Amino acid sequence: MSTAVATAPESIHRRRHYLNADYGIRSWLFTTDHKRIALLYLFSITFFFALGGLFAVLIRLELLTPAGDLMTSDTYNKVFTMHGIMMVFFFLIPSVPATLGNFLIPMMIGARDLAFPKLNLASWYLFMAGGVFALYSVVTGGIDTGWTFYTPFSTTYSNTKVIPAALGILIAGFSSIFTGLNFIVTVHRMRAPGLTWFRLPLFVWANYAASLIMVLGTPVLAITIILVFLERAFHIGIFDPRLGGDPILFQHLFWFYSHPAVYIMILPSMGVMSELISAFSRKRVFGYSFVAFSSVAIAVFGFLVWGHHMFVSGQSVYAAMVFSILSYLVAIPSAVKVFNWTATLYKGSVSYQTPMLYAFGFLGLFTIGGLTGLFLAALGVDVHVTDTYFVVAHFHYIMVGGVIMGYLGGLHFWWPKITGRLYPEGWAKLSALVVFLGFNLTFFPQFVLGYLGMPRRYHAYPEEFQVLNVMSSAGASILGVGYLLPLFYLLWSMRYGPEAGPNPFDARGLEWQTASPPPTHNFEQVPIVQEEAYAYHAAQEVPVAG
Amino acid sequence: MQDSHAAAAHHPAFQHHFETMEQQREASTLGMWLFLITEILFFGGMFTVYLVYRNWYFASFAAGSLTLDLTLGAFNTVVLIGSSLTMALAVHSAETGQRNLLVAFLLLTILLGATFLGVKAVEYSHKFEEHHVPGPSFRFGSEELRHFHEEATALRSTQIHGVELGEVQLFFSLYFAMTGMHALHMVIGIGVLSVLAWKSRRGVYSPEYFAPVEYAGLYWHFVDIVWIFLFPLLYLITRHVGVHP
Ligand code: HEM
Ligand SMILES: [Cu+2]
Repeated sequence: MSTAVATAPESIHRRRHYLNADYGIRSWLFTTDHKRIALLYLFSITFFFALGGLFAVLIRLELLTPAGDLMTSDTYNKVFTMHGIMMVFFFLIPSVPATLGNFLIPMMIGARDLAFPKLNLASWYLFMAGGVFALYSVVTGGIDTGWTFYTPFSTTYSNTKVIPAALGILIAGFSSIFTGLNFIVTVHRMRAPGLTWFRLPLFVWANYAASLIMVLGTPVLAITIILVFLERAFHIGIFDPRLGGDPILFQHLFWFYSHPAVYIMILPSMGVMSELISAFSRKRVFGYSFVAFSSVAIAVFGFLVWGHHMFVSGQSVYAAMVFSILSYLVAIPSAVKVFNWTATLYKGSVSYQTPMLYAFGFLGLFTIGGLTGLFLAALGVDVHVTDTYFVVAHFHYIMVGGVIMGYLGGLHFWWPKITGRLYPEGWAKLSALVVFLGFNLTFFPQFVLGYLGMPRRYHAYPEEFQVLNVMSSAGASILGVGYLLPLFYLLWSMRYGPEAGPNPFDARGLEWQTASPPPTHNFEQVPIVQEEAYAYHAAQEVPVAG
Repeated sequence: MQDSHAAAAHHPAFQHHFETMEQQREASTLGMWLFLITEILFFGGMFTVYLVYRNWYFASFAAGSLTLDLTLGAFNTVVLIGSSLTMALAVHSAETGQRNLLVAFLLLTILLGATFLGVKAVEYSHKFEEHHVPGPSFRFGSEELRHFHEEATALRSTQIHGVELGEVQLFFSLYFAMTGMHALHMVIGIGVLSVLAWKSRRGVYSPEYFAPVEYAGLYWHFVDIVWIFLFPLLYLITRHVGVHP
C-alpha cells in the first residue's frame, strides 16, 4: 500500500534528524526539542523503574518465608514505602505521557513542537530535582509512612525522612502540572490545518483527558503536601487530632488527587491501546467518538469517587454509599473502551506482532483489575478485604498491568520511529509472553491471599500463606526477566537493528508520514489533513516488520 | 500557512515552532489561564480545610478572628485594590505604547505591593508579641476570651461557648498558612514586575508585543482576588454570622 511519505528513504546516517542534529551532552541537557526531552524522560524513568524494582525484589525476598528474617519490620516499612513512591510518582504517573506523549503529541497533530518548549525542558528538570529529593531521603535513612503519607503518623509520629520525600513529590508534581498544561495548550492551538477534534488520534484524546486531571488535581496534592510539611516542621496541627485537627481531612485531600491520579496513569495507556488495536487490525476504532468521550468522562467522573478509599476511615455511612454508587458509574466509560476495542478486533485482519501481543496483555490484565475494582466498590466486600493483599493485587493489575503493558506496547510500536531501527521480533515476542505469564503468576496468588485474610504491609505472616507467597515471589523473578529483556534487545537494536523506514507497520497517523527518526522540526512541510483518523482502506495485512 | 510563517518571522519575540504571531499569542493566553486555574485549585485546598474547620469550631474561630487587626486588614485591602488599578493602567499603557507611563505604573504597583507586605509584616510581628503563633509558646488567655465574650454579647450572638485552645490555634495555623502563601505569591509577583519594569525601560514592549505585561497583570489580579476572599473569611468572620436578632 502506498503511503504519503515526504522524504525518500535515505540512510539514517546521511540524513539529518533530531538525533544527529547536534552532538554532545550539552546539546541534550539544553535541548528544547520535544523528542529529545522525551528521550531524557525515557532514560530517567527507566532508572527510577529499576530502582523501584530493586525495592520490589527486597519485598518479595522477605515474603518468601513466613518469618520476618531478612529485615526488621522498620526496614520493611521503609522498603515498601520507597517502592511505592518510586513506582507511583516517578514511574507510573509520568511514564506514558512524559515519554510517548512528549514524543508523539506534536507529531500526531502536525506541529513543530509543543507550545512551550522551554517549559517542557523545565518540567524535566523539576522531575529530576524531585527525584533527587526522594533519593536523598532514601540514602539518609528512608521513610516509613507508605506512599500515602497518612497523617498523623507522617506529621507527628514517624521518625524518618518524611520532609525530603514529600518535597520530592511536591516538586515532581509541578513537573506534571506543567506537562499537562503544555499538552492542553498544544492540542488546542497547534493542530495542523484540517485536523479537527474528531480527526485526532485517540492517543491524543486520552492524553488530553489525562492532562486535564494533572492540571486540576495535582495542585490539590501540592497544597496537601505543603500542609503536611508545615505541620511536621512547625507543629501547626491542621491534621493532628490533639490540636483539634482531623486526619480524615488529609485522606479526603489526598484521595481527591490520588484517585484521579490512577487515571492519569491509565488513560495514556488506554490511548496507546487504541492506536495499537486499530493499527494491527487495520480498522478504524469501533465507535471512535465514544472512545474519545469516554476518556473525558473518566477524567470528570474520576474526581467524584475518591471516598471509596475511605470506606473504613469513619466517614459517614451516607457518604460511603454515595461514593460506592459513583464508583460503579466511573467503571462504565472504562468498559465502553474495552468493548469498543473488542469490537474493533472483530472481523479485523489482526496481525500478532509484538505491540499487539502487549495490547492483548493489557486487555487481559485490565479486565481482571477492573472487575476486582467492582468488588471493592461494593461496600460490604471492601470492608472484608480492605488493607489486604486483595487490594494490592487489584491495583497492581490495573496500574502496573495496565500501564506497563501499554507503555511497553507503545514503546515497541513507536521504537522504529524514535530510533529509525527495527527491534528483533522474536525476542520481543518472547518478552511480551514472559511479562504476561510472570505478571499473572506474581499477582494472581495475591487475590487469593487477600481473600484469605493476609494483610498488606506486614513483613511476617502465618505459615499457611507460604505456598501462595512463594508462587508470587517466583512469578516476580520471571516478571523481572520479562522487563530486562527489552532493555537489552532495544539497546542492541539502536546500533544493529535494520533500518526501519518511515512507516514499517504501514500505520496511518501523521507521525508515520515523516522520516524515521524525524527531522528536528518533525515535518519538512506542515501537513494538511484531509481524512479521518485511522483511514485504513482494504482489509490488508500489516507488513511484517523486523 | 508557510507564507504567514515567514511573514511573522521578522518579529524578535516570534518563536519558530508557531505558524503565526497570532497563534503564539493565543497559545500563551490559554496557557496563562490554565495556570491560573491550577492556582485556584491550589488555594482551593486550603479554603476547603478552612471552611470545614470554621464550620466545626465556630466559636473558637470567631474568638481567634476577633484578635486580628481589622483596621490594618482593611487598609491592606484598599492598598491591594489600588495596586490592581495601577496594574490595569500599566497594561493599558503597554497597549497604547506609552513607555514612560508603563514604567511608572509598574513601579507604582510594586510600591503598593511592597506596602501591603510591610503592613503584613507589622501584623505578623504583633502576632508574635501576643503569642498567637502556633507552636509550643502559643497562648490564648483570659484577656482575649473576655474580649471575645464582650463582643459576642454585644452582637447578641448565641455561639459564645466552646472556645478551645487547640481549635483557636488551628485558626491561627490556617491564618498563617493562607496569608503566608498569599504573601509568597505577592513576593513572586513583585519579582516579576521588577523584571518587566526593567525591560520596559529598555523598550522591549510595544503595541505589537506586550503579552508578558498582560499575563503579569492577570497574575497580579488573581493574587488580589485571593485576598478579597481571605479578608472576609479571616477578619470579618464573627461580625455578621451567628447573630440572632
Ligand atoms: C481504571 C483504573 C484504576 C486504577 C489505576 C486503580 C487503582 C487503584 C489503587 C492504586 C488502589 C489502592 C490505593 C491504596 O494504596 O490504598 C485502588 C483501590 C481501590 N480501587 Fe481502584 N483502580 C482503578 C479502577 C477502579 C474501579 C473501576 C473501581 C470501582 C468500580 C475501583 C475501586 C477501588 C476501591 C474501592 C479501592 C479501595 C480498596 C480499599 O482500600 O479497600 N478501582 N485502586
Ligand atoms: Cu480510587
